[in-house]
Amino acid sequence: MSEKMKSIIAEQLNIDASEITLESNFKDDLNADSLDLFEMVMALEDNYGVEIPSEDLEKLLTVGDVVNYLKSKGVDNL
Amino acid sequence: MKRLEGKTALVTGAGRGIGAAIAKKLAADGAIVYVNYAISSEAAKQVVKEIEEKGGTAKICQCDVSNYDSVKQMIEDIISEEGKLDILVNNAGITKDNLMMRMKPEEFDIVIDTNLKGTFNTMQAVSKYMIKKRSGRIINISSVSGVMGNAGQINYAASKAGVIGMTKTAAREMASRNITVNAIAPGYIKTDMTEAMTEDAKSKVNAIIPLGYQGEAKDIANMAAYLAGEEGRYITGQVIKIDGGMSM
Repeated sequence: MSEKMKSIIAEQLNIDASEITLESNFKDDLNADSLDLFEMVMALEDNYGVEIPSEDLEKLLTVGDVVNYLKSKGVDNL
Repeated sequence: MKRLEGKTALVTGAGRGIGAAIAKKLAADGAIVYVNYAISSEAAKQVVKEIEEKGGTAKICQCDVSNYDSVKQMIEDIISEEGKLDILVNNAGITKDNLMMRMKPEEFDIVIDTNLKGTFNTMQAVSKYMIKKRSGRIINISSVSGVMGNAGQINYAASKAGVIGMTKTAAREMASRNITVNAIAPGYIKTDMTEAMTEDAKSKVNAIIPLGYQGEAKDIANMAAYLAGEEGRYITGQVIKIDGGMSM
């Protein structure tokens, strides 16, 4: 995972970047609530120029899910 | 230090009536106030002038709140200019009264678009910013019509009842981010609109108000300033009726 990706997630969820791994579950491991996740999604959309529809959000449970999702949307250097 | 020193506020529909009174009160309490108007720039300029004469700071900003994109732009402009927006007062509203059986669909839609969707548009536009900042105050002006219903105002009553539903929902969604959202439901308040009523109509109205007289715009403005300040921090999702006891 890139430093950029880590720092976006860390900033949006107000956590330390060192806590973030691909296996981290947003709700269980990173204590994110739904507003945190929306803030993160908006930041990812801005940074990577993709659109993440709300209905896709429920599939994104872990950091790895997000990385794979963005890859499937054609984003490189994750 | 004044109650709202260092705060930035936006009051929609602030050229006249209750909106103008709220803008003046927030400015008197120390906030930098953006006086929004849709059509009448002269009235808005007059409000700014009065605020400045009393040593306050205010700026005018034109925007029809029913237009989603221009609301977004207005909020972005304010935040880029001031670096912040702490207080949003959704006051812009219109009436197109008619009995239900006579009401045209256009009369229904235009009132919903301004009063209900306009409030949604501004709340959504500020929410992203306030959530990130983890603070904010939103005050929506509803109406006693939305609480009790009012013959001849099916569109207005629907829009103002809708504002109450949105207020409570937004309050729940954003409470964890220290953002409070409240509604004020004014009763009969002396404004240009009610001054135009006949003496007979006025006395009929006074008869259904337990306190026996119409309120003034300042009665609403004082509550708005209270909710906007630190004193109001523990109040959220409420509908505060300021109506001389009419709807109790």
